[in-house]
Amino acid sequence: MVTATTVNPNVNPAAGRSRNPRVSHIGFLGIVGRVFIWSFLLGLVVVVVYPLLWMVMNGFKTNTELFGNPFALPLDWSWESYVNAWNRGVSGYLAASVLVTVTSTITTVFISAWAAYGLTRVRLPFGGATAGFILGGLMLAPTVALVPLVKMFQSMGLYNTFWALLILYTAFRIPFTTFLIRAYMIDLPREVDEAAEVDGASRWTAFWRIILPMSKPIIISVVILHVLFSWNEYLFAMVFTSGTDMQTLPVGLTSLMSKHGTDYPVVFAGMVIAALPVVVLFFICQRYFVKGLSEGIGK
Amino acid sequence: MTTKGSAAAGPFLSTDTTAVVLGRKARKGRPRGRPAGASRLRHLRGFAWVLPAIVVIAVFVYLPLVQNFGFSTMEWDIYSGTQTFVGLDNYVKLAGDPVFWTSLGNNVLYAVLSIVFQVAGALVLAALIESLRSTRWRKSLRAIYFVPSAISLTVAGLLFYFIYEPNLGLLNHVLDAIGLGALAQPWLGQESTAMVSIIAMSQWQGFGYSTLLFAVAIQRIPSELYEAASLDGIGPIRRFFHVTMPLVREMTGLMMIVTISGAFQVFNEVMVMTSGGPNNSTQVLGTWLYRNGFVRNDFGYAAAIATVLFVITLAIAVAQLWYTRRRRVEW
Repeated sequence: MVTATTVNPNVNPAAGRSRNPRVSHIGFLGIVGRVFIWSFLLGLVVVVVYPLLWMVMNGFKTNTELFGNPFALPLDWSWESYVNAWNRGVSGYLAASVLVTVTSTITTVFISAWAAYGLTRVRLPFGGATAGFILGGLMLAPTVALVPLVKMFQSMGLYNTFWALLILYTAFRIPFTTFLIRAYMIDLPREVDEAAEVDGASRWTAFWRIILPMSKPIIISVVILHVLFSWNEYLFAMVFTSGTDMQTLPVGLTSLMSKHGTDYPVVFAGMVIAALPVVVLFFICQRYFVKGLSEGIGK
Repeated sequence: MTTKGSAAAGPFLSTDTTAVVLGRKARKGRPRGRPAGASRLRHLRGFAWVLPAIVVIAVFVYLPLVQNFGFSTMEWDIYSGTQTFVGLDNYVKLAGDPVFWTSLGNNVLYAVLSIVFQVAGALVLAALIESLRSTRWRKSLRAIYFVPSAISLTVAGLLFYFIYEPNLGLLNHVLDAIGLGALAQPWLGQESTAMVSIIAMSQWQGFGYSTLLFAVAIQRIPSELYEAASLDGIGPIRRFFHVTMPLVREMTGLMMIVTISGAFQVFNEVMVMTSGGPNNSTQVLGTWLYRNGFVRNDFGYAAAIATVLFVITLAIAVAQLWYTRRRRVEW
C-alpha cells in the first residue's frame, strides 16, 4: 500500500547526490545539461502560471481591452466584473457548491466510517461478501448509470433538486472512501477495542471516542479528497441541476458563459471565484493534500 | 452470556462485552455451543454498521447498472413515453454508427496521449525535480505544477476555450509574437485540431497531479542506492533507467491504470469546450451517450453506449485489482 507519504527531505536522493564529488567534475557538459534542465523547468512554470494569471487579469479588464492586446495589463484594476459576476449568479452557484460539498462530505465520511468500522471491527454475516459488495462499487463509472438514474430520480420527484446531488455524491463516493478508511482501521491495534470493552464502553462509544479519533489522519485525507471531488464534479451536476437554482459552480460557470457570453470579463471573474477556494485550500494544507492524493491512488 | 446487551440496547448501542472478544475468535471458526438464535441476533446488530452504506450503494449504484442492461434492449417512443422490446437492435445500430467509432477512437487517443504526458512525461519531470539540490525549489515546483489540478476541469476547459479562441485567444497571439503566425488557426473550430487541442488542455491540467505522486514515490527510494550508483560511475540518465524506473514501477502501473480509466470516462472538458463538435469530431463515449440520451431522448441507444463503457471500465478495474493483488504478494 502507498501509505508513508509525507514529503521528507531527508530521504531525498538529491541529498546524497549533491555531496557526490563527480557532479562537480562533469564540467562543460554538466553545465549545459543543468542550464537545459532549469530552462525546461522554468519554462514549464511559465506555461502553467501564465494562463492562470491571464485569467485573473482578464477579470479586471474591460471587454474592449480584452479584444485588444491580450498581453497588456488592465488599464485600471477595476473590481467591477468580479462584482458583476458575483451579482449575476456566482454567489448562488457558490452557495450551492458549498452546501452540496459540506453536506455530502459529512454523509459520505460518516456512512463510510461506520461501514469501515463494521468491516474491520465487527463480526458480520457474510463479511467477505459485504466487503466485496461495498468495494465493488469502485469499479463502476457514474456515466454508465446515468440514464437509469435520471429515470429513477424523476419518478422519485428528486430530479433537479439538491437531494439528487447529495445522494449521488454520497452513493458514488462511499466505496472509495470506505476502502481508504477500512485500510487504515485494519491496522489499528485490537487491544484498543479490548481495553474499551474492559472499561465497559459500548461499541457505539468505542467507535466515537476511540476508533474515530485514532483514524483522524485518514479522515482528513478522505475529507480533502471528497471536497476536491464534489467542488469540481460536473457530470451529475449538469444532468441533475441544470436550469435550477441549485446549480453548482462548474455548471453555473457554463450557464454564466451562455447567458453573458459577450461580457467575457465577467466570465473570467466567475472562473477565478470558482477556482480560488480549492487553490487556497491546497496551499494551506498542502501536506494533507499530498498525503490524501497518494493514498487515493494507492487503491 | 449473550442476552444482556442484545435485550437492552438498540442496534448500535451494544453494551455487550463479549461481542468483541467473541468476534475475534469467530474469525477462525464459529464458537460451538452458542444458542443459534442469539448469535443470529448479534449478527444482525453488527450488520447495522454497514447497512447505510449497503442500502445507498445497492439502490443508487448497482440497481441503475442492472436497469441499464434492460434499458439497452428497449426503444422509447419520445412522444408517448412507451417502450418496446427491441432485443439487440441498439447494439446493431451501435456497430454501424460512425460517430460511435469516432468516439471510441477519441477515447483511445486520449488514453495514449495521457500515458505519454501524464505517466511517462510526469515520471521524467518528477525525477528532474527530485534531482535538484534546493529543497525549496523542489517543493515550490511540485506545488506550482499541481495548481491546475486543484482548479476544476470546467474552469480549465473554459480558460483554454478562450486561449484557443481565434480573436482574443492567447495561443494565436503568442504564435504571432514569436514569428510563427502562420501556425495560428481556429484550434477548436476545425476537425483536424479540435480533439488534440482538448487533450492538450487536459495534459496541462493533469500533469502536475501525476508528477506530484511520482515525486512522492521517488522520495521513498533509499538514497544509498543513488549514492552507490554514483560511486560506480553511473551517470544521471542511466541512474534514471536502472534505479528510479524499476523502483517506482508500482506507482507507474497504478498511474497507467488510473489514467486509462479516466481517459474512457472523459466528459467534462469536451462538454465545456466543444460539446462534441465540430461535426462530431470531438465526441467521446461519454458525450455521445449524453447527446443520444438527453438531447435526442433515445434512451435505449444511450444505454447501449453505457453498456460498452461499462465493459471497458470493468475490464480496466479488474486489471487494476489484479495488479494491486499481485503487488501485495510481492511486498
